[in-house]
Amino acid sequence: MSDLAAGLVQAAILLAALALVYRPFGDYLARVFTSERDWKIERGLYRLFRVNPESEQRWSTYAVSILAFSFVSIVLLYLLQRLQSVLPWNFGRGAIEPGMAFNTAISFVTNTNWQSYSGEVAMGHFVQMAGLTVQNFLSAAVGLAVAVVLVRGFVRRRTDRLGNFWVDLTRGTIRVLLPISVVAALVLVAFGVVQSLRSGVTVANPDGTSSTIPLAPAASQEAIKQLGTNGGGIFNANSAHPFENPNSWTNLIEIFLLLVIPVSMTRAFGTMVGNRKQGYTLLSVMAALWGAMLAVAWWAETHPNGPAALLAGASLEGKEQRFGIGQSVLFATSTTGTSTGAVNSMHDSYSGLGGGVPLLNMLLGEVTPGGVGAGLYGILVLAIIAMFLAGLMVGRTPEYLGKKLGRREVTCAAIAMLAMPTVVLLGTGAALLVPGEVASALSNTGPHGLSEVLYAYASAGNNNGSAFAGLTVTSDWFQSSLGIAMLLGRFIPIIAVLCLAGSLAAQRKVPETAGTLPTASPLFGALLAGTVVLVAALTFIPALALGPIAEALA
Amino acid sequence: MLKSLAKQSGAALRVLLVFTVLLGVAYPLGVWAFSRVPGLEHQAEGSLIERHDTVVGSSLIGINPTFDGPPTRDPWFHTRPSASADTPLGQGDPATSGGSNLSAFNPEQVTLVRERRQLIAEREGVAPSTVPADAVTASGSGVDPDISPAYARLQTDRVARNNGLGDAQVRALVAKYTSGDGIGVPSVNVLELNLAVRATAAG
Repeated sequence: MSDLAAGLVQAAILLAALALVYRPFGDYLARVFTSERDWKIERGLYRLFRVNPESEQRWSTYAVSILAFSFVSIVLLYLLQRLQSVLPWNFGRGAIEPGMAFNTAISFVTNTNWQSYSGEVAMGHFVQMAGLTVQNFLSAAVGLAVAVVLVRGFVRRRTDRLGNFWVDLTRGTIRVLLPISVVAALVLVAFGVVQSLRSGVTVANPDGTSSTIPLAPAASQEAIKQLGTNGGGIFNANSAHPFENPNSWTNLIEIFLLLVIPVSMTRAFGTMVGNRKQGYTLLSVMAALWGAMLAVAWWAETHPNGPAALLAGASLEGKEQRFGIGQSVLFATSTTGTSTGAVNSMHDSYSGLGGGVPLLNMLLGEVTPGGVGAGLYGILVLAIIAMFLAGLMVGRTPEYLGKKLGRREVTCAAIAMLAMPTVVLLGTGAALLVPGEVASALSNTGPHGLSEVLYAYASAGNNNGSAFAGLTVTSDWFQSSLGIAMLLGRFIPIIAVLCLAGSLAAQRKVPETAGTLPTASPLFGALLAGTVVLVAALTFIPALALGPIAEALA
Repeated sequence: MLKSLAKQSGAALRVLLVFTVLLGVAYPLGVWAFSRVPGLEHQAEGSLIERHDTVVGSSLIGINPTFDGPPTRDPWFHTRPSASADTPLGQGDPATSGGSNLSAFNPEQVTLVRERRQLIAEREGVAPSTVPADAVTASGSGVDPDISPAYARLQTDRVARNNGLGDAQVRALVAKYTSGDGIGVPSVNVLELNLAVRATAAG
């Protein structure tokens, strides 16, 4: 099979598999967060947590719970790394230095999974399992919880109660993430992904030399790394490493895992608001943008640009032979369209336009289809902005799903939407201004160098975690500024979205009239897609013009 | 507010610790324990290949063979370049995976591609223009186990000659170790192929 055919076959199987599970899994997700009944194991957990699952929270208490939980998570993850030298299974690896531990702790708790360390070199099995794997689950469950609260805001009327964070967190973990991860991890092992507690094995190569091949409990982390749209690999090469992603089947499974929850959440949304067409509209916007991005990246990578690629004959630098171009761009588009950030090829070595696609995918605000939970609340925020713009055009107070979008709602949505661009542009600008930082960090100069810095802050601000990895980010400046970018990019939108949910839930439902713009329609879909593109274009075109666009035209 | 924060932090800590045991210990160790069953353990431990009770590599990890003599006498099939190698076609270190992250506009990358093309053409005794793209570009992992069938064909002559084998014999072995997993790009596993060539040459 040719590279193109293999990629197309993989894309076709992927879409068919997603279509197959969309309805049952989406409806299951809706049931998980609306069911009145607790599972037995959950009741046991609530007793251990000493929380009352019956007591529902206001939006502000819900926000405090999330912030408190994230704070203790960051502290514990920081301590685990700092104390690595005395923890079991470190295989001689010492404590992670403070800047890197700070950055990594924030990175995994914010669902970013940006990695300034080299997995197999820095982290022992205990920190990987008890620290990083745990946050792979919990940060994803937090995202799910926030999305569900926003949907409840639309569904509920005249109440200040939006659910219980500990219940939502537990259900997302126990009923969704953990069971799927167990199955996926074992399937991945069957296809060749390693799950070993040994540090590695010394091999006598046939040529007489010897090498050490590192091993790790990779499959258990790989499954939730994709399913939770996390992206932090056990190995430095991430999903390009044959022990994490050994063949086309695992590649397919991993892309499926990282897309399945964000995609199915649109169905869960439609089910919960009692109008499934609302969910289909959101899904079609996400799918159209994902498809367009995939097509551009695929075209760009099959048309070499840049002297080294032309000399080599194809854009294969940083790509694996078993994936070729098709399966690499399919992965790249999906990992940056969700907030996963795992990579099966090195985006830094993509062509100008080909590397611009993953970057733009993040700058759209991670809604194609976005991270676990984060994708749904991201696109709902943009839907509110789109309705607001439409309302301005006709001079009418906008509504969405029977709720009026007044000053407070639009303000919350605007804050949620603007946090990321602010963080990305200020971070990139500041990094370029700090004397000496960029010059010593870049591995490529010119427009590509600018792209590396912009990509880093876009990845951090959007909680994606993929990288133009040529940028050396171990200096104190990058560790701390990217850490702060991840925090702000995660928690400002979360708080704004919870506030939005609170004010929506307090309203009564307004009846639909002839003047109501139907939001389960192609017209609204086009308006929403236009808003997504327009917001990103207005914000980022100057920066993109100096980086990837300049390179693509060179 | 502060009281609420303190109360929530207490709950947060309990939740985190319980979940750390469940998700950070029980889950990965459970998957590990289950993967001890026959049929999974081989993969879980790295798909290692043994010859005469010695581990000679993993069928998933490509480590470029080295040869000290003149390149035209080299008996090995070679992997793709690795970003962790010290020289353009040197042996990478599987202990540190990763790609070069060089852009196609980077002068360093242009030089590297040109050097690799020249060295391979000399080694195989062919025109530089016939060297395929995967042979002159570093993989994403630095331990890519596979090469393209085109790069394998390019090396067949030299490998056959230096192992005292017939061209047809080696071509048959290349075909045997070419796989596309049914839905993938056809690729040739270098370690398995080298081991088979050596076994055939030894008779």
